Amino acid sequence: MSAAVRTRIFSPDTTDRVASLLLWASAIATVLILLSIIGTIVYRGIGVIDISFLLDSPRMSGAEGGIFPAIVGTLCLVAVAILTAGPVGVGAAVYLTEYAPDNGVTHMITFGVECLAGIPSIVIGLFGYAFLVVYLGFGFSILSGGLALMFMILPWTVRASEEAIKTVSGDLKEGSVALGATKWQTIRQVVLPSALPGITTGVILGTGKAIGETAVIMYTAGSSLLLPESIFEPVRALPYHLYILASEGISDDMAYGSAAVLLGMVLLINFTAVTIQRYYQARSGLRH
Amino acid sequence: MTRQTRERMIEALLFASAVTAVVIVLLIMVFLFKEGAPFLIRYGIHTFCLGMEWNPIAMDGEPSYGIFPMIVGSVYIAAGSLVLAVPLGLGCAVFLVEIAPPWAQALIRRGIELLVGIPSVVLGFFGLVLLVPLIRESAGGFGFSILAGSVILAIMALPHIISISADAITAVPETYKQASLALGATRWHTIRNVILPAARSGIAAAVILGMGNSIGETMAVLMVTGNTPILPEPLYDVLDPVRTLTANIVIEMNYAAPGDHREALFATGIVLFVMVAILNAISHRVLKSRMEAGR
Amino acid sequence: MGTEDIEIESRNLNLWYGSAQALKDVSIPIEKNRVTALIGPSGCGKSTFIRCINRMNDLIKGCRITGKVLFEGRDVYEKDVDVVVLRKRIGMVFQKPNPFPMSIYDNIAYGPRIHGTQAKRELDEVVEDSLKAAALWDEVGGILDKPALDLSGGQQQRLCIARTLAVKPDVILFDEPCSALDPISTARIEDLINVLKHDYTIIIVTHNMQQAARVSDHTAFFLLGEMIEFGETKQIFERPVEKSTENYITGRFG
Repeated sequence: MSAAVRTRIFSPDTTDRVASLLLWASAIATVLILLSIIGTIVYRGIGVIDISFLLDSPRMSGAEGGIFPAIVGTLCLVAVAILTAGPVGVGAAVYLTEYAPDNGVTHMITFGVECLAGIPSIVIGLFGYAFLVVYLGFGFSILSGGLALMFMILPWTVRASEEAIKTVSGDLKEGSVALGATKWQTIRQVVLPSALPGITTGVILGTGKAIGETAVIMYTAGSSLLLPESIFEPVRALPYHLYILASEGISDDMAYGSAAVLLGMVLLINFTAVTIQRYYQARSGLRH
Repeated sequence: MTRQTRERMIEALLFASAVTAVVIVLLIMVFLFKEGAPFLIRYGIHTFCLGMEWNPIAMDGEPSYGIFPMIVGSVYIAAGSLVLAVPLGLGCAVFLVEIAPPWAQALIRRGIELLVGIPSVVLGFFGLVLLVPLIRESAGGFGFSILAGSVILAIMALPHIISISADAITAVPETYKQASLALGATRWHTIRNVILPAARSGIAAAVILGMGNSIGETMAVLMVTGNTPILPEPLYDVLDPVRTLTANIVIEMNYAAPGDHREALFATGIVLFVMVAILNAISHRVLKSRMEAGR
Repeated sequence: MGTEDIEIESRNLNLWYGSAQALKDVSIPIEKNRVTALIGPSGCGKSTFIRCINRMNDLIKGCRITGKVLFEGRDVYEKDVDVVVLRKRIGMVFQKPNPFPMSIYDNIAYGPRIHGTQAKRELDEVVEDSLKAAALWDEVGGILDKPALDLSGGQQQRLCIARTLAVKPDVILFDEPCSALDPISTARIEDLINVLKHDYTIIIVTHNMQQAARVSDHTAFFLLGEMIEFGETKQIFERPVEKSTENYITGRFG
């Protein structure tokens, strides 16, 4: 064996070392960016958050007081969005995975889902304003905002549910059908229960998306800081409140506090979703 | 036959849910065009898209509705974000798949999950309170700028670019890699000459999709770009403020009176919709041809 | 054999998956309350054949059939046949145990429930009877609310048999029921089949020739989608008529 080859083994060439250094650097940079964002928001916001910040109404356009109505507003909007997008999304996924024939109509449906996922949120907001607020006469309200959010998260619930349903083993379906179960009985009693963790994860992730969304609800949900009494009343969602506080320079402290609460809600939700997923993956891994 | 009827009714119901997405897309198009198209035709698509001046509330003389500076602004910022995010994201993806020890992999995957979750308004706020002053103090200018917008959008695009590229790289057959390594190529050589070329189209799709997402992004850019509806002067000055199409809609919807002004905003929405749709279509085409070529 | 004893009969059955023909002109009479074994190398069409009997092939896209499968003298592929009722009367046990991710009790009660039995006492009775008939009651009678997936592979397969019995079928199709099981579990299932044949008509697909010889009364040998030879099990194994049957049985291929 020649000397050249032997040295090569013990000292990899310089390009290789520089390159892997750069790759390490890019990974570290990414993690640092993330940490600096979360760190800044949490560091500056945590001091602002206390019980009264969470449970009081804002005073002086939000320069003082709390953010309670905005939290309530966000929760109401998200509730409407999830309660509508959940069933419709799961229904669509069941249709696409279990019933849909391989024809033009099915292709159109999958294409439609893809399209909807690609539409910019502000365009959905504009549409929500023209269709829900004005044309259907829902006005600026929880209903308008919630439905507009539903339009945005629907494609994600469909996709996540589809993925979950596809992982249910064909053996189980056959077992049920061979006992004389109808298609729907099989889906409802065997397929959906097995796909439930995956579907839940998808819907929860949709919730996370909906909670942080602003452009969609700006011109559909309104910006009232009063507590709503029905879904036909306007609310100001927390992200919109944050936007107003920050862009109008009302109060940096209040803005940091709102941002931290918003971030906390989203991260908590995403963490829950991921945990459910990992738990069930680990469990099904043991069994099969 | 009640059982058969019930089964058929359920199937019809499920079909209806599936069609909902299509109906929504159609309604979006109908309403967007109903509100914006008459104005677009009346005012002229050319004058609207290529007009240099946006002045909807003219004190004297005719109001003008030219969105060319905003089209430039949107594309400029989106392109800028990709210039920043693609090298970093690609590096991160290669690292993730080919180099990272397990603990670093877990860390980055968790990090990506977190980053995707951060609401755009929070990112915009972060840009507003940290990035804008930083640019103002270190590089001069107003701070609200193309640069600030690009950086914030790059952060938003990063997780998507990393995960799609990582998938594309993972999909490169192990045999290619082994063949190259067995020939005595270094790891970097293998990555550059074998793995990245094989993953090329997947990465291209990720980049185009990222472009579409960036152009459609609203809140984060709105809060850091200054929103002046004029072209940067000179054109390459990334420290100049700029307004995007999305920001144009958000800022003016608040006070736009029904009539030309409001319709012009819907027309802006049409232009935005079309631009993003074209980019998404290209991205899907690239991905599809990739999958067909892969067989 | 007398025609009055024939419960199921296929006549000139052909089946295609897309353009590939998986069954060629298969005609077999299946006698009531007997065990009929289908043997042959893998891919010979024996599993495809039994899936025609309870129309499980309906679930596969691009599957096309000509010829007849008579069950009690009626073609199961006729338009007005209700597949749900058909599958209720012709039960099936699969190659891999496939209990539902539910409790043992709910697995057995699944069939009766979907067919309309709701009363708790009635269900309890069916569950107990079925588990006893599947020789599983002694092992699981006390842990009915435990997840079925916690059982061993052999227990799971007997659970699947019990689940099929709970629907009270007339015929049971076994699709290589022991291929995923150890020898002891296999022996228990074979014993069970020998008992069950007094009350049920049984068709079993197996790649294990000793198993066919042990449990069956009649045997059909399949090769490349064709039914080569059919007869009394003893005759097939001791004096096969066809050369290819002899080759297979003496282990010269497959």
